[in-house]
Amino acid sequence: MGNNTSLQAALGGWPPAVLDPAGPYAEPVTRLAWALLLGGTGVLLIVLTALAVALWGKPALRTRLGGDRAIWIGGVAFPGVVLTALLVWGLWLTGSLQATAAQPGEMRVKVTGEMWWWRVTYLGERGEPVIRDANELHVPIGQPVLLELESADVLHSFWVPRLAGKMDMIPGRRNLLRIRADRPGTYGGQCAEYCGGAHALMGFVVVAHTPESFARWRAERLAPPRPASGRGPELFLASGCAGCHTVRGTPANGTAGPDLTHVGARRSLGAGILPNNRGTLAGWIADSQTIKPGNRMPNYKQFSPDDLNALADYMESLK
Amino acid sequence: MRSETGFDPYLYQRFPTQEERPPEEEEGLRRIWCAPKGWEYLTVVNNNYVGIFYLGTAFLFFLLAGVLALLMRVQLAAPLMEVLPQATYNQVFTMHGTVMMFLFAVPMVEAAGVLLLPQMLAARDLPFPRLSAYAFWAYAVGGLAFFASLFVGLAPDGGWFMYPPYTSKAYSPGINADFWLLGIGFIEISAIAGAIEIIVGVLRTRAPGMSLDKMPIFAWAMLVFAVMIIIAFPSVILATLLLEIERAFNWSFFDAARGGDPVLWQHLFWFFGHPEVYIIFLPAAGMMSMIIPTVARTELVGYRLIVLAMIATGFISFGVWAHHMFTVGLPPMTTGFFSAASMAVSLPAGIQVFSWIATLAIGRPRFNAPGLFVLGSIVIFVTGGLTGVMVALVPFDWQAHDTYFIVAHLHYVLIGGMVFPLFAAMYYWIPMVSSRAMSERLAKWVFGLMFTGMNVAFMPMHLAGLMGMPRRVYTYLPGSGWDMLNLISTVGAFLFAFGVLLFLIDLARNFRMAPGGGNAGNVYGAGSLEWLPTELYSTRSIPVVKSREPLWDDPKISDDVEQGRYFLPRSATGLRETIVTSPLLAEPQYVQIMPGPSVWPLVAAIFTAFFFLALTVQAYMFGLASGVITVMAMLRWLSETDRPIAQDEVDIGAGIMVPTYMTGPRSHGWWAMVILMIVMAMISAMAMFGLAFLWSNQPGFWTPPASLGGGIPIALGYGLVVAAAVSCRWLHRMGKNWAVAPVLLAGLAAPLLTWLDIRMWSAVLAPDASGQGAAVFAILSLQGTVAAIGVLFAAYLGWRSLRGLITPTGNSTLDLACLFIGYCGAQGLVGTIFTRAVGA
Repeated sequence: MGNNTSLQAALGGWPPAVLDPAGPYAEPVTRLAWALLLGGTGVLLIVLTALAVALWGKPALRTRLGGDRAIWIGGVAFPGVVLTALLVWGLWLTGSLQATAAQPGEMRVKVTGEMWWWRVTYLGERGEPVIRDANELHVPIGQPVLLELESADVLHSFWVPRLAGKMDMIPGRRNLLRIRADRPGTYGGQCAEYCGGAHALMGFVVVAHTPESFARWRAERLAPPRPASGRGPELFLASGCAGCHTVRGTPANGTAGPDLTHVGARRSLGAGILPNNRGTLAGWIADSQTIKPGNRMPNYKQFSPDDLNALADYMESLK
Repeated sequence: MRSETGFDPYLYQRFPTQEERPPEEEEGLRRIWCAPKGWEYLTVVNNNYVGIFYLGTAFLFFLLAGVLALLMRVQLAAPLMEVLPQATYNQVFTMHGTVMMFLFAVPMVEAAGVLLLPQMLAARDLPFPRLSAYAFWAYAVGGLAFFASLFVGLAPDGGWFMYPPYTSKAYSPGINADFWLLGIGFIEISAIAGAIEIIVGVLRTRAPGMSLDKMPIFAWAMLVFAVMIIIAFPSVILATLLLEIERAFNWSFFDAARGGDPVLWQHLFWFFGHPEVYIIFLPAAGMMSMIIPTVARTELVGYRLIVLAMIATGFISFGVWAHHMFTVGLPPMTTGFFSAASMAVSLPAGIQVFSWIATLAIGRPRFNAPGLFVLGSIVIFVTGGLTGVMVALVPFDWQAHDTYFIVAHLHYVLIGGMVFPLFAAMYYWIPMVSSRAMSERLAKWVFGLMFTGMNVAFMPMHLAGLMGMPRRVYTYLPGSGWDMLNLISTVGAFLFAFGVLLFLIDLARNFRMAPGGGNAGNVYGAGSLEWLPTELYSTRSIPVVKSREPLWDDPKISDDVEQGRYFLPRSATGLRETIVTSPLLAEPQYVQIMPGPSVWPLVAAIFTAFFFLALTVQAYMFGLASGVITVMAMLRWLSETDRPIAQDEVDIGAGIMVPTYMTGPRSHGWWAMVILMIVMAMISAMAMFGLAFLWSNQPGFWTPPASLGGGIPIALGYGLVVAAAVSCRWLHRMGKNWAVAPVLLAGLAAPLLTWLDIRMWSAVLAPDASGQGAAVFAILSLQGTVAAIGVLFAAYLGWRSLRGLITPTGNSTLDLACLFIGYCGAQGLVGTIFTRAVGA
């Protein structure tokens, strides 16, 4: 796994994410995309050639181009054949990629879109919540993972282009999306359905582990929380943070905001917009409204630098 | 030769007539169709003026929305720019889309229809000039006020698609969203008014002999366009009503927690929203098909194929809406159907493109200003069409949807399919309404900048989308790899804008409005009728049309027309008038008396706009007062129509006598009323679809509906309303002087039936209880509204009857009131049964 701490390094850059698939639910679409991009360019060149012939061609060629027959061939027959072939390909691919209900023993994760972050709940055999996290999803490579997509407020859309196409999150509905990462790495994504305010800053990462690494990660998450004490935890409980956030093993059990039990282990802050370290943690607590205007967490400017450092240390220690 | 109406086509051979026309005829026409002076510009209804005002206003909105686009491009030029704060950016992108679609594109093509159609069809004006004036003023006043919401930070920020639940009261508590919902309200009214005008104009006011197969292709395009508005706009009218009701009264149409469904909005919106794209494209394609033959100096290849293609586009476009919803989680069967239809719609587009290429191939094309823009349009539109095929494929759309790939695609389609044809059209037709043509030299720069800028701005966006950049983002982070692409796009946008600026400079230098003669004339050598010499009364006489390019096929036609050697070389009744012809073969049927300038359409329009704006800012008393004034102004305007005419029959030239008044299915008023009924029926049908949709998607929230047994007496009552309306016309024709009585009673009884139905439903369900309650009461409210208008109709009819204005022959008002009240009964009957049947 790389050292990517920010979402953007995971998402952006060359080659374009859609053309650089990392699993079987994205790869066939990439093949289709290449066929469409190259075929489309080819058709454009044909039309441009026809146009050039119409304007500057030899009279004999122009006469051929200038009748009903050319219209039937260029406007009906040729596109008719090409489009029918494409349609068959598209329908077949739609059928084979559309997520079906969970297979026995398959890993299931519920991802809930919220304004403007993602609540991630790993589900057990019977659909019960097992691990709670936010803004990143850990998966083992080579295994399909079924995502159950829901929304807590407005419409959102879950999209990690290198792993699969996007799927909307709609209040009152549960949509299914299956992903599988075949190589270890960090795969970025971003909310794709306009959801107001900070829609532009609602990122997400999928972290794909080798089986051993995934087992280690899972064991860490399932281990009982370590007790913490000191100024940081005290401030956390005394300043109202616990009203919205949960830190398991402490009295903090708010659920409006992301679960912070393992916040120190996350790759990014603020739903994929900042690298995660002591400095950014302190900055986020004091002034998240400048970093991500409109987000639901108020600024905590009342903290002294020492308090902020204590809180940031505490957050960073929550691995 | 066939005949449609019994008119003998051999009579056409009497034209052109040979005798000299008396000179006072032309003076008479000038006096009757005189130009406005000073304040009279506000009350003018003539299409030459209203059309230009309309076009100018729509173009102003193009510029305003374009400035918004530039602001967005500056904000996105680099990561984390702070030119537009988040909230402002979200308002700006919402307004850019909304203004471009609702305040620029649709009004612009409708305005082009208002200006060009009467000239192309050689009519004196469109059949309802005051309706055009009303549509224009409502749009101009309301549109400008709506745009101004941006300057006080109250502009909507939910995107032009306004998806709930983000736009519901819970997540958008301010009045911003109401500005959108009510602001779009009067624009919808104005679009419908224009569409009625255009359908009746195209089908009933063509020059004699201009059968459908000789109609200019632009008229065909406008006909399909207007029919599509009639079918598509009711859906968005209903959607905006429902969302506004949800926001104002907490009825739950779209709230999943209370038995509504946000996906219902998406269906209603896109049932309008995708046809909307073709609504914009078809008239522009019609312009292309007019301009290209002139540019190539030959007739259009594949005229019939193009007409078929346009009609096919209209049909197919109503089966593609869910391709905006491929990521909603619809079943594969559904997405497969919409995917197939979305690909099929590219065939008629292909036919048109290859027809244009074929026409250029057999002709001798010129690279003048319209020529350059049509060529640019073909290249850009084809590119957009190809990416359109890509996103029609469901799996590819799962990746491309809501990314910059789509932003690129839609701008290629709309700029190539509408904006470039529009610029071609402006260069092409400005000589018709201006005393000077535009500069050909500057046009090359305008074209070069716009074409280059367009491609530089939008081509990189395809790649940005494939690199994962979503749409509607006010900023992005450094290191995303999108920086350079966005910077290039911004440069391109400014190149494009610079081209538009040069165009404006040229416009300021050369545009000198000359609607009443003295225009620059047929500088490109076109063959269609709008290039006949005209004054404010349009052509001196109305020619017999024998081919598609009369000016090419009959070199003497301009002179003959100007010398009054064809139909109606004078005002036969001393009033404004035009010839109404039959819909298929355009045989002259009667002379329509047209209304002149009036202040009432203006008053009604201003107060319509006030009405909606007052509702937006919750000034309910002011809103109520504005609504009352609007209705009064409309009744006042109506009261001047349908008046007795001195001559029953007049000579329209060469001794051909036609009546000056006609009632029933042959009259233009009947046609307009029937189209209005289709609009109302569509709104009602979409509301019933909403009820059925919620029932199938939220069955858990369903309660047993009001009893069918209780509904049957009400349904029977509505049946009696229909029967009374039908019998009334019949009684009137039998000569009974009490014939209006049954329809008056029926008109007054209909709201009572609605009230009974509401009471019955209130006993079992509250409107804010569930999605079902909301949908049922929405259907009842629509019924109540129609019934209330029916009461107005009945009152107006009663007033005319008392004034002795319902005469044995002069009974159009009676006919139309009967139609409306009969429709009201029929809608009530269906609604009463339907609401009880769903989920029973």
